[in-house]
Amino acid sequence: MKEKVVSKPEAIAHIRDGMSIMVGGFGLVGAPLELIDELFRQGQRDLTVISNNVGEPGKGLSRLLEAGRIRKAIGSYFTSNPVVGEHALAGKLEVELMPQGTFTEAIRAGGAGIGGFYTRASAGTQLGVGKETKVIGGQTYVLEYALTADVALIRAHKADRLGNLVYRKTARNFNPVMATAAKLVIAEVDEIVEVGEMDPEVIVTPHLYVDFIVQRGGVA
Amino acid sequence: MDIKHRIAARAAQELRDGDVVNLGIGIPTLVADHLPPGVDVYLHTENGLLGVGPAPEEWAVDPDLVNASKRPVTQTPGCSYFASDQSFAMIRGGHVDVAILGALQVDAQGRVANWSVPGETVLGVGGAMDLLVGARRVIVTMSHITRDGQPKIVQNCSLPLTADRPVDLVITDLAVFRVMETGLVLTELMPGATLEQVRRRTAAQFEVQLA
Repeated sequence: MKEKVVSKPEAIAHIRDGMSIMVGGFGLVGAPLELIDELFRQGQRDLTVISNNVGEPGKGLSRLLEAGRIRKAIGSYFTSNPVVGEHALAGKLEVELMPQGTFTEAIRAGGAGIGGFYTRASAGTQLGVGKETKVIGGQTYVLEYALTADVALIRAHKADRLGNLVYRKTARNFNPVMATAAKLVIAEVDEIVEVGEMDPEVIVTPHLYVDFIVQRGGVA
Repeated sequence: MDIKHRIAARAAQELRDGDVVNLGIGIPTLVADHLPPGVDVYLHTENGLLGVGPAPEEWAVDPDLVNASKRPVTQTPGCSYFASDQSFAMIRGGHVDVAILGALQVDAQGRVANWSVPGETVLGVGGAMDLLVGARRVIVTMSHITRDGQPKIVQNCSLPLTADRPVDLVITDLAVFRVMETGLVLTELMPGATLEQVRRRTAAQFEVQLA
């Protein structure tokens, strides 16, 4: 059996300058904060971050942003971190804003081999400007393309050694969908159990999506 | 009852037993406090929970359990958790019966502007656009005028629209408007409000069909 349980430094060392990275979490809830801290420590830069938010001032992804290491942010709600606005206005950060449902569906499509999709969201608004549209059943839909990434950093509650994952409450959010849409998926978890100990009926992310598992707090 | 609670209480009267309801930030969150007896609704939050319960006591706060405003909430019996992609599939797919949300402006056709704050860099939209196009019924709750006295119900929104789809009902501290094919129809005055007052503080054309 391939060993998926690795240390934080080993897992994060797979990230190179210039890569695109999906990062789970709704605000800081369900964000893989220890993996982000390790990424901060290792120093990779010129990153494209695909995440609903970019942390909060001094916390999570915002630390990378404040250090000038994020080139572009794709997400839906950067309002809660004023640093994003400051960097965008200063021309230090490229920002792509999407309706939250479009954002998560674009990632779903990316992981499911779908090139794009039509949604009603943003039709007739500023965020729909310049996008292809199609009238379906008398209503205008906007064409959106799939999102994929080089690496996904996700947070789960429990993993088995194969990489099957379950989540906890609203910390689930974008994590399962991001686990499907990146070439390399690293999961930060509270607890690692042996294969066969998890009820197959409750597994949310089957192991084929997961490349590495990192134990929170521990050294693995 | 203060104005915000009066608006929320009026909105609560629109809900039916069994409705799945998504509540936005501000006045909408108060709606849950005013449900009529015998009306059980299931609160949906777009970050992945159907069956949101009230805020917990401080000692019972679970950092993994928040609503879309990132405030601590509780879970109710029969609730379920799901990921964001499924949560928005529920919204866009018409499985959420009612969305109640705030607005910065509403135009004469009942279209809403509520995602972009004037004079600020526009860096957040969240789930507003998906909810406005996807919820089966959309109710706006808001103050009738801005803090500096400007009408919020206007002929054309000066702020960017959130969706091309009109909402169904607009409830303010002064009035209730139904949105029809023809545009806004004033159907109720809130207690203490007069038609004259509503006319003076509304900058859009509307029909009057008071019961």
